[in-house]
Amino acid sequence: MNTTLRAGVVIGLCGVGTLLAKRTLNGKTVWQLDPSKCVQCGRCATSCVLTSSAVKCVHVYEICGYCDLCGGYLKPEVKDLNTAAENQLCPTSAIRRKFVEEPFFQYDIDEKLCIGCGKCVKGCGAFGNGSLQLQVRHNICVNCNQCSIAINCPADAFRRVPENNSNLLKGFTK
Amino acid sequence: MSKKLISIFLFLLLIFSGIDSMAKQRFPKPEFEKKYTVPDTQIPASRALWLEYFDVFMLVICLSVVTWFVLKKRSRLGVLSVSVFSIIYFGFYRKGCVCAVGSMQNITLGLFNTEYHIPLTVIAFFIIPLLFTLFFGRTFCAGVCPLGAIQDIVALRSISLKKWVQAMLGLIPFVYLGLAILYAATSTDFVICRYDPFIGIYRLNASFLMFSIGAILLLMGIFIARPYCRFLCPYGVLLNWVSRISKKHLTITPAECIDCRLCEDSCPFGAIQIPTPEKIRENRFITVKRLMFFCIVIPLLIFLGGWTGSRFYENLSMVNLKVRLANELLMSKNEANESQSIEITTFKSQGKPEEKLYSEASVIVKQFYSGGWILGGFIGLVFGLTLAQLTFVHYQKGYTPNKGTCLSCGRCMDYCPVKKGEK
Repeated sequence: MNTTLRAGVVIGLCGVGTLLAKRTLNGKTVWQLDPSKCVQCGRCATSCVLTSSAVKCVHVYEICGYCDLCGGYLKPEVKDLNTAAENQLCPTSAIRRKFVEEPFFQYDIDEKLCIGCGKCVKGCGAFGNGSLQLQVRHNICVNCNQCSIAINCPADAFRRVPENNSNLLKGFTK
Repeated sequence: MSKKLISIFLFLLLIFSGIDSMAKQRFPKPEFEKKYTVPDTQIPASRALWLEYFDVFMLVICLSVVTWFVLKKRSRLGVLSVSVFSIIYFGFYRKGCVCAVGSMQNITLGLFNTEYHIPLTVIAFFIIPLLFTLFFGRTFCAGVCPLGAIQDIVALRSISLKKWVQAMLGLIPFVYLGLAILYAATSTDFVICRYDPFIGIYRLNASFLMFSIGAILLLMGIFIARPYCRFLCPYGVLLNWVSRISKKHLTITPAECIDCRLCEDSCPFGAIQIPTPEKIRENRFITVKRLMFFCIVIPLLIFLGGWTGSRFYENLSMVNLKVRLANELLMSKNEANESQSIEITTFKSQGKPEEKLYSEASVIVKQFYSGGWILGGFIGLVFGLTLAQLTFVHYQKGYTPNKGTCLSCGRCMDYCPVKKGEK
C-alpha cells in the first residue's frame, strides 16, 4: 500500500518536474526595469527589500548631450545658476559633474550614494536626452522570488529577463 | 550592377537610420575639440550561474548529512551542527532565498501560467526535499530549512500544548497553503515570500512590521517550539503528507521500546505517540455509527466551506494589481476626482484601452470566484478530516514518533536508555 503510494508520489513529482523543466529557459533570469515604461514615481527607492534600493540611476553616456544646464543635475528654476547643494536635484548628491571643455560637462553617478529615487531620471527625460535611466543593479539585487518593487510598480515596468542580456537601457549599444 | 544597387540601398539605409536615431535626441552628441573618450556604461554581472547550481548541490549534501545523522548515527548534536551551518549558508549567506517553502508558489505559477519560465534551481529546491522526506522522513525540517533551523536553536524551554489546541492551530497551515496557491495560480503575488518572518533577520533588513513578527515568533519559539513550522508553514503540509508514507523514519529507540516513559516529555513538538493498550477498543457499533456521521458531515463541511469561500471572492481578488487598478478607475469616474493616484495617471498616460483592462480584470475576478470555491472546499475537507482524526484512537505498541508531525530533530533519541543491539 505504502510502496504504491510512494511510487505514485515519485512519479508525480518527476512528472511535474519534467513538465516544468521543459518550459524553463536555459540559464538564469533576473529582474529588470524597462526604462521605456518607467514613470519615475519614486517607489523603487522605497519598495525594495534592501535599504538603499538595488535600483540605481545608470548613465548611458552614448546618448548624453553633455549639457551645461543639465535637467537631471540642476533643479528647474534655480535662483542663481550654480552647483550649490540647494540647486542640485539629487537628494543625496550622487551625481558628480566634471568639466570636459566649454560648454560641455560629464556627469557620473556615484552608485554608493544613489538611492534610485529617479528624480534625475525624470529631469533628464523632461528636458534632456533621457540618458539617465533607472536599472536594477545585479551586483546588489538579491533576485527575490517575487520582486517587491515589481508588485508596487504602477507602470508594470519590471519583468524577468535572461541574465546574459540583462540590461534594458535605451540607446545602449555595447 | 545589382551589387552596386544593393550597396547604394544599404548606404541610404544606414544614413536614414542614423538620422532617425539622431532625431530622437534633443541635444546631439557634442563634437569635442579636445581628445575625449566617452566613458563606458558599466553593467555589473549578477551572481554566477554555477553558484546557483552549487546551492542545489549544498542542499543535497546537507540533506544527506542530516539524514545520516538522524537515521544511522543517531546524533542530535550532528543535526544541530547542520542546523547552524544551514543558518549560516542558506540563511545569512544566501539571504534566505532560494528556499523550498517559497518554491511551491513558483511551481504553482509555472503549472497555471505557461508563459512563466521557472528556473531549474527552483524546481530542484521544491522536489529534492520532498523526495528525501518520502524516503527518510522530514529530515529537511530537522536541520536544512533555514526557517526551521533558526527557530530550532531558540527552542530552549518548551511547554507541551494540549492535543486539541495543537490540532486546531495545525489547521492554519492548510489555510495558508490554500491562499498561497490561489494567489500564485492567479499570478497575483507570492504571499509566502512576502510574509516570510525570518528573511528580514537573514537579510538584516526588513520593514518594522516583518521584523516584529519575526521577533515575536522567535520569542514565542522559546516556549512553544517552532511556531512557524508547526502552525504556519505551508510547505510543511506537503512534507507532512509525504512523510506519512516514508520508507524509513527516525525511531526513538534503536532496538525495541521498553516502555520506560523516559522520552515521553522529550518532544517539544508533541509528536510522540504514546502506546495505547488494546483493551480500550470500543465496540464495533459505535465505530460504524461515527463513520456514518462523518460520511455525512465531511461533504457538508466541504460544501459549506466552498460556499463561504466563494462569498469572499471579491475581497480575495482585490489583492490582484489589475483588479485593484480597474476598481480604482471605476471609482474615480464616479467621484469628482481631484487627486488621482499614480496608478491611474500612469495607466491613462500609457494610452491602453480601458475596456481591455476591465475585461482582463473580470476574467481574474472569475478565477477568484472558482478559486474561492476550491479553497473553501479544501479547508472544509481538512477541517472535517482533522475532526475525524481526533475522534479515532490510534492503537500502537511502544513509543513512536508521529510520522506526519515529527520534524526528525532527534531530541528524543538521547532520552532512550536502550542501546543498539540490546533486547
